This record gives sequence, structure tokens and C-alpha cells, in this order.
Amino acid sequence: MADLKQRIDEATGTSTVGHEWDGIEELDTPMPRWWLWTFYATIVWGLAYVVLYPAWPMVDSATKGVLGWSSRGDLASEMAADAKRRAPTVNAIAATTITDLPAKPELMQAAVQGGGAAFRVHCVQCHGAGGAGVKKLYPSLTDDDWLWGGDLATIEYTVTHGIRNPDHKATRTSLMPAFGRDGILDAAQIGDVVSFVRTISRQEKASASSARGAALFADNCAVCHGAGGEGGRQVGAPKLTDAIWLYGGDRDSLTATITQPRNGVMPRWGGRLDPVTIKMLSAYVYSLGGGEKGLAPVAEGAGADGQP
Amino acid sequence: MASPEDLSGQSAPLYEARKGVYPKAVNGPFRRFKWAIMAVTLAIYYGTPWIRWDRGPYAPDQAVLVDLANRRFYMFQIEIWPHEFYYVAGLLIMAGIGLFLVTSAVGRAWCGYACPQTVWTDLFQHVDRLIDGDRNAQVRLANGPWTAEKLAKRVIKYGIYLAIAFWTGGAWIMYFADAPTLTADFWTGQAALVAYGTVAVLTATTFILGGFMREQVCVYMCPWPRIQTAMMDEKSLLVTYKDWRGEPRGSVKKAQAHPGGFGDCIDCNQCVAVCPTGIDIREGPQIGCITCALCIDACDGAMAQVGRPRGLIDYCTLDDAATEKAGGTGQPIRKTLLRPRTLIYFGVWTAIGAAMLFSLGQRTRLDLAVQHERSPLFVQLSDGHIRNNYTLKLRNMETRPRRVAVSVSGLPGAVLWTDAGSREKAGQRIELALPADSVTSVKLFVAAPAIGPARQDFTIGTRGLDGDPRGDSDIIQFDRPEAGQ
Ligand code: SF4
Ligand code: SF4
Repeated sequence: MADLKQRIDEATGTSTVGHEWDGIEELDTPMPRWWLWTFYATIVWGLAYVVLYPAWPMVDSATKGVLGWSSRGDLASEMAADAKRRAPTVNAIAATTITDLPAKPELMQAAVQGGGAAFRVHCVQCHGAGGAGVKKLYPSLTDDDWLWGGDLATIEYTVTHGIRNPDHKATRTSLMPAFGRDGILDAAQIGDVVSFVRTISRQEKASASSARGAALFADNCAVCHGAGGEGGRQVGAPKLTDAIWLYGGDRDSLTATITQPRNGVMPRWGGRLDPVTIKMLSAYVYSLGGGEKGLAPVAEGAGADGQP
Repeated sequence: MASPEDLSGQSAPLYEARKGVYPKAVNGPFRRFKWAIMAVTLAIYYGTPWIRWDRGPYAPDQAVLVDLANRRFYMFQIEIWPHEFYYVAGLLIMAGIGLFLVTSAVGRAWCGYACPQTVWTDLFQHVDRLIDGDRNAQVRLANGPWTAEKLAKRVIKYGIYLAIAFWTGGAWIMYFADAPTLTADFWTGQAALVAYGTVAVLTATTFILGGFMREQVCVYMCPWPRIQTAMMDEKSLLVTYKDWRGEPRGSVKKAQAHPGGFGDCIDCNQCVAVCPTGIDIREGPQIGCITCALCIDACDGAMAQVGRPRGLIDYCTLDDAATEKAGGTGQPIRKTLLRPRTLIYFGVWTAIGAAMLFSLGQRTRLDLAVQHERSPLFVQLSDGHIRNNYTLKLRNMETRPRRVAVSVSGLPGAVLWTDAGSREKAGQRIELALPADSVTSVKLFVAAPAIGPARQDFTIGTRGLDGDPRGDSDIIQFDRPEAGQ
């Protein structure tokens, strides 16, 4: 720096900073005073910030700051505030029986929203995102076919108590016999029953085999599935005349089912989730598009268009 | 580290205090023009929120309102929704091109007349003259000792500054809420905290920037002079001291002593005295000049007094300056303003404006957006039909409740229903009631026979059932299981 020669510029009377490039010299023009003050103010601000807030990184954390602020604390207080904000709605849902929910569109909407969130945590693993189900494993909750019933109260019961939940008395339960494995029917007889079932679901034309199957069906299956295969919801026996097959409606699948049924299991959520969450979950499942009126009086026109 | 003293042997200050600028009052056509612009812009700024506009019971009655809470922007009969923000974008583009146009034609006219910093600085300088007197009195007072009179004048002046600043900040928030209600709430302490905060910040900035920093904002803080300089060319008008006519300068007495040897400038310093940024235009074009033309008024006055033609300082293009210097005459102003560059800017500007007006006239106030439910893509129904679920977002942008019909086309055998109805009552058309000025979200179920392509496009459309039948439609996909599934 020592070789830099400062001089006073004649035209302006200001000293130069001393370096020169290609004949161009820089004037040592002073900063405007307000500018410098603003600059000092930012330094003061910065120092105050370091003292007040977490700022200085240490080995395993940062300095705490004298205000004791932390983003985690912010989150906790925001969560608490949110819980408080939601409390009136949650309490109102808790105080309403599920069958009365549809009559209160705002509550129903809130329940569906909350239930959707709970569904994405607890239910998607089996029933799939959006309740689409998994072929040959878990039933779709969006269609218009229900094993145990699709009105609000029934869904709530199912969610609360589960299905074939081994150690719970109130669970929904039924057992389809393993006709093949246990030797109740032989392979030929099972084939005939399959023919009959595929006939009543209009997948096959009537044949000698289906005629033999009709008699076998009446003896072995009708007690649960109904004389015409219309299903029996008391025992969760599926309707056999429609297009919906949980475990498949083709010959191989039906043969496998009759030979050794799956008797699918669903855990009970009562005791694991609080009753409000279960109520909201049920409302969500109901809203997926397959909900049945059942015993629940649904206010006509309540909902989307908001015009009763 | 070496201090400045070590290097130069003299102490240089690190900072420099603002040198006071005490512009002298002036009269003339440009000054009057500036008054007019100031009156119009301030009247628009302070007055607009108070204009009422009846929109019926479902919308606010304020002519210009930025309703952030409900995300609406009202401007007289035009109502902008958030998804129509492109109109605002269009306005911004027009403002940008408008600036190109104005700058290429008349230089930094924005700086000199319409920029808020200029307008409020001008206003505050007028307050200075009102309280302290004109230039000389102001300088005397500023340099004089602190007497009771000076103290009183300062208190009164800063009080007026503060009142103007507060009024300015207060007017701003009126654009964001119903003005009369907000005023009442404001004074009874019931307005939102953000309202008080905004007023405080804007009062402070107006007070400081307009009252004290003034030309420093233009010279040190504002990027605009640099940008504008790049947008001008040698045909743009700028305030020019015609040194070929004025130099060598000298007082009338000196000039009389040397007949024929002097130019027109009588060195009366009026042009410097009136300049609101405190520069000497006779040193040539410089960044501090906001082309307010007050020096033109001042110099024309001086020329009139000594009986010489006006225009020693005048709006002049660089091209004309060269021509005149060489002894010719410049182009007529009409040719300067109407040249290809400005005409192209003007053409683009009007084209965008016309396109926006056209689309404003064409837009329907019943907007539909359809979203296909993806999980599951389709649902097998027990009767063999396939159902797809959609979410309709129906925007009724009119300020009255409406009845609309929703129907599908291009999907044979399809029926539709919403989650408010049931499949038994499904049909090819449903009717919905939409509340005024709102977005209604509707879950729509569409069922169609399973036989058909795995992916099929069809149309969901709306139609107004009352008054305006125009609606909107969306083409969306219907999914079926692949054959064999
Ligand atoms: S030099 Fe003239 S035009 Fe430029 S800012 Fe000063 S008074 Fe205005
Ligand atoms: S006002 Fe005109 S005559 Fe007076 S000093 Fe300025 S340029 Fe010269």
C-alpha cells in the first residue's frame, strides 16, 4: 500500500484513494452521513440479535439467546394454539352421535377432513390411498358394496371393534368353512358350486354343472350367502350376484376361496384411537362414495351445494 | 491498517453531511404544469378510497379496494379474482412499456413530475417556503443561531411534515379495507395491528424521505435514474443548458463592458437557485437532474428581463444539441415525439391494453375447474358400471347467488351425481345453487358402462340457469380397468 500516492484532484478538491488503472483514478468521496449511520445501525442490530436470539453455533447446539426463543418452542405453542382452535369443533363432533352428523354439514365436513388425516395414518397400509383397497387382500371402501353394511353407525361399529379380531368379544365375526381342505366337498363338487356362483353373477351360462352346484349351494352356502346368493350382512357374507369380488370372481379364484377361505381380519381401533377420531374416520369412509343411507337420516341436499 | 492521514498527510472525513438544498420559488409554465400534476396525483392518492360503488349486498361498496382477506381486487365495475392475476400482470407490463415510451420520448419525465418522491418532496419544500420563507430566508434561518423564533418555526414545520406524513400513511391503508369503517376503527383503537404498523412505517418513511432525505433518495438510493439513462437515446428530450449560446457567461455589466464577447447567460444563478436537487445544469447533463424543468422557467424569466430570447436552458435532444452547436436548427418537437421507436412502444402498449379490455369483456363469471380423483382412479360398482370421482371447483364470480346446471358430454351412458344426492337420483344433468361471489367445491361422481376404452376424454360443462347462460367447460379423463382386469 505504501507505494500508493494520494493526491488532491484539482477539479473536485477531493483526495484520490491513490490507485490508478489505465489513467482512471478513484476519488475518495466520503459517504453520505445518513448512509454511514444506517450502516452502524445494522451493526448494532446484528449484535443485539446475537444476544437476544440463538445465533452462534457451538459444538452440539447454538447459543440460546437471552429471550429463550426457539423454533421448536414456536412449533409447540403453535400446535397448542391449533388444538385450542380446533377444540370447539372436536367437542361438537364428540357430542354428536354419528348418525346426526350429516344433518350438520359443517360438522360433517370437519369430520370428513379430520377422518381423512387419520385414515392416511392408520388405514392406508391395508385399504390403500383413498380407500381403494387391494385386490385379493383388502376390500375397497369406495364402491357401493359392503360386507357388513355401509351406513355411518355400522361403519363406526366396524372400525371400533374390528373384524374377526381374535381377542375381542364385540368384534364382528364369522367363519366360512374350509369346504375343500376339511373335505366337506370334493373337487368335483367345488367345481359345480363355482359354476353355479358364476351363473348367478352372469359370468357363465347355466349348465349341467351349475345345476348340480345349485343343490350343493342350497345345502352348504345358502345359510350365509342367501338362497339366491344375495349375501348376508349379519355374518359379513358377500353378495355373490354382483360384479364385485374381493378375492376374485374367476374360476381359479373361486375354487381357491371355497377350498380354503381367507376369513380376512381387521384390527379394532377402539382403545387405540379415541372415539372422536374413530367417528371422524367413519365419516370419512362414508364420504368416499359408497356410503349407504341405512338408518342414518341424511339431510337431502345438505353438503356440496349448501342449499337445504 | 493505514489511516487516511498516514497516506495523504491530511484528514479526510469518513462521512459527509447532506448539504442543504433551498430551492427558490419560481413561476412559469413548467412550474404550473408541475402544480397541476401534483394536485391530480395527490387527489387521486388521497381521494380514491373514498369513492363508493354500489355492487349489491354481496360485495363491498368501495370503488377501488384490495381485499386481501377475501382475495379480491375491486376496481370500479371490474372485479379481479386471484386466478385472474394476469390482468394485474398485464397492467404491470403496460406500466413498464409506458415508462419505456415516456422515457424514450421525453426523458426522465417520470422523475421530474410523477414520481412520489418528487411529488412529496415538492410538497414539503412548499411547506418550507410557507413557514421559513423563500430561499434566502431559509438559508439564513438554517445557518443562524437557535432563537425562540427558529425553534418555533422548526416545531411548526416538522409538525406539518408529520401531519402530511401521517395523512399519507393513513391514506394507504384505506385501499385495503372499507375506508369509513376503517377510519372509525382506527381512531377507536379497533383496527388490526397491521393497520397501525403500516401507518407507522409509512408515516416514518414519508417524514424521513420527503422531509429530510429528498434528493439524496434520487441520487444515492434510487436505481431508476441509472435504468432510465439506459432507456434514453440521442433523440430523447432532456433539460439542456445551451452552452454554445450562453458561454462565456457574465453579468450584464461585464457583458456591456465587452460588447460581442459574451454569451447569453448573465450568470444570475437563478437556474441553480430553483433546482430542487441543488445542481448546476450548466455543468452538463448529470444524474442529479430529474428534468423537472424548473430551471427552464427560471432562465426564461431571466432572459425576459434582459430582453433576450427564451430557451437558453430548454428541453433539447442530444442530436439537436449537436445540430444547433454547428449552427443549424433542431427538429420540430413533433418529429422528436413521433419517431419509429416511440410509435412501436405505443403500438405494443395499446395492443396489450386492447387485448386486456377485450378479454375483460369476454370473460365469463362462472368458472369451472375439474380435478380427477387419482386414488382410486376408478371404482368398480356392483352393477358392473365404472365410477370415476371428480372434484369440481365452481367459481361464481358474480355478486349474486346463481343456479347452474352441470352436465357431461362425450361419455355414452354416463350418469352423474354429487355426494349430496345419491345414485338412485343420478341423471345426465344436475343442478346446483352457488352462493354469491364464492368458490364452491363439489364432489362429483360419474358412472359409465365398463365397456369402453381404458382412457377416454369427455367434457364436463356448466351453464347458467338464470340470466347469463354462459358457462365454462373442462375436458377430463374417464378411466376404466384395462380389459381382462
Ligand atoms: S437541473 Fe433543472 S431540470 Fe434538472 S433537476 Fe434541476 S431544476 Fe430540474
Ligand atoms: S438562469 Fe439562465 S441566465 Fe441565469 S445563470 Fe442560469 S443559465 Fe445563466
